[in-house]
Amino acid sequence: MATQTVIGSKNKKDQVYTDPWKMMNEAERTPSFFTGSEVIKEALRRASCDVMIAYPITPQSEAAALIGELFAEGYIGDYFRGESEFAVMSQCAGAAFGGARVFTTTAGPGTMRAMENFPMWAGARLPIQMIVTCRGINSPLSIQPDTLEISYLMQTGMLVWHAETAQDFYDWILKGYMVSEEPDVHLPLALCCDGFFVTHTKDMVDLTPADMCLPPYDPYRSPVPCMDMECPPVRMMRDPFVMKSNYISYATHASWQQEVWAAVERSRKHTIAWLDGLIEIEKPDAEVLIVTSGTAVSQGREAITLLEEEGIDVGLVKVKTLRPWPGEEIREATKHAKHIIVPEFNVAGWMAREIRATIPNSERVYAGPHVCGGMTMPPEIIAADIKSAMGIKTSALAGRGS
Amino acid sequence: MNTQYKVMPGPEHFLPPSASSMGIRLPDPGQGHIHGSIVPEEEAMEAAARQILQGKVPTIFPGPLVLWAWNEKAAQKAKAIRELFETIKECAASSQQPMLIPMPDYRPKYPKINPEIEINPNHPNLTIWHNKIDVCMFVGVHCHQANLSLKIIRGGTNCYTIAMCAQAGHEDAMLTFRDATAEKILRLSEWVRKLKGSVEPPSN
Repeated sequence: MATQTVIGSKNKKDQVYTDPWKMMNEAERTPSFFTGSEVIKEALRRASCDVMIAYPITPQSEAAALIGELFAEGYIGDYFRGESEFAVMSQCAGAAFGGARVFTTTAGPGTMRAMENFPMWAGARLPIQMIVTCRGINSPLSIQPDTLEISYLMQTGMLVWHAETAQDFYDWILKGYMVSEEPDVHLPLALCCDGFFVTHTKDMVDLTPADMCLPPYDPYRSPVPCMDMECPPVRMMRDPFVMKSNYISYATHASWQQEVWAAVERSRKHTIAWLDGLIEIEKPDAEVLIVTSGTAVSQGREAITLLEEEGIDVGLVKVKTLRPWPGEEIREATKHAKHIIVPEFNVAGWMAREIRATIPNSERVYAGPHVCGGMTMPPEIIAADIKSAMGIKTSALAGRGS
Repeated sequence: MNTQYKVMPGPEHFLPPSASSMGIRLPDPGQGHIHGSIVPEEEAMEAAARQILQGKVPTIFPGPLVLWAWNEKAAQKAKAIRELFETIKECAASSQQPMLIPMPDYRPKYPKINPEIEINPNHPNLTIWHNKIDVCMFVGVHCHQANLSLKIIRGGTNCYTIAMCAQAGHEDAMLTFRDATAEKILRLSEWVRKLKGSVEPPSN
């Protein structure tokens, strides 16, 4: 169905298919007090989603269940539970191959269990949207916030965005479809947030009108044909590229991979327009900058307020998208910074590694503070690490007898 | 990204990069690109017509989106492509040998493709080598398959590639149009007719 032809008409729930740009940028918003999980439901209500496939895993289970209510109300075309996360992601692929707008949610070990599917989604150019409510992935088991799984998603060929707040989440779910369904992009989107911190806390969120929805997905704009057993990538899974060993098979596969990453690059133009840039900057002239993503940004803001009271000026760079990676924007934003502080909710420090690989004079990057396994990140420890990086003596924040 | 990279005829490299990864960006509506630089669409029209009139074997590769009459627009485009091909033949010098070689589907053809009569996106270089094609235009090929193929052509041949794309265009072609319609294809045909005689044909 051509997008332009349905604008202004109504769906079966009496919602008006609305020009997405007008819906997201011009329509009146209603402030509402919701949890992040409830916000996912409200975004989906307006997303003209054809298929949602669910599987329980904390902390996304609540959102998955709430979307089941949406299905019962008639807002989602089809909804069912898969047998495992691997099955869910495979079923999402099937639905998307068939031309549906697809949505799913997962978290932590679920993301890892389903990992084989994500490069397949990207390689097959399936614009599936997957919410990732990040949590711990390693033994001993933890259901608490931890962003390590994002670093695995970053090499899959998917678009990867990292929401800070429930408001980000609401807007980016809807805008995400607009970017990922562009024919020159047409890639899956992993829309990540820090589990519990975003999903299970309430926040004020400005919602678009419930009687407006996105126009339906138009599969005829896809850069690949709809599923056909005789067409790549399905055909290639059962014969030449896998079974043949010759130069042209390898060259074709290489060109195919390059095309997936070329599509990630092409998403920049659309993402910049929809998200108003890949990063946000506060106080760009400060000598010290906090550069991070997700709720570490929120904690960074609190640390900046604490340091302001002591007369220390610190700026902030909020990284919104990890794929595409805003390398040029970060180089420009950090060019005058003497110290770049990268707080993260994971043990590996993947964000600091990315930034070090991006900027000149990478010794300016201070990879920390790190917390993981569900620990909170008090703003005081960020402030302390900033002072330490600046050579200012600080006292221990936690300890006995001093 | 500021880039010095130009999308030029090859053979470029064992594995050439995607133009997108080198900072080449797609044109907006009303624009085209030539070698990676954004130009007004009319400038791209003229440049494409010149390439067609200069090539020894200017060839149109129509893909499945225009080879099958799956809707009225596809049928109109197919007629426009036939008109363009007839115009090229009519305007071609005796030293030129225009060709129309279909890309009917994307199946890898094993054990052997007949590259004289069809092109396949997985090994387009065979068709180009066998027919000595030095200028080609993709039209009606799904975007992913077109880019896949355009990179392979750039990597291993010296063929000048033009893309007449119905969506956002192809930065992996040396020259691209976007939002292709039957009217746009016919406009290219008019440009070929207009430039006939003013472009030096290839020597024998």
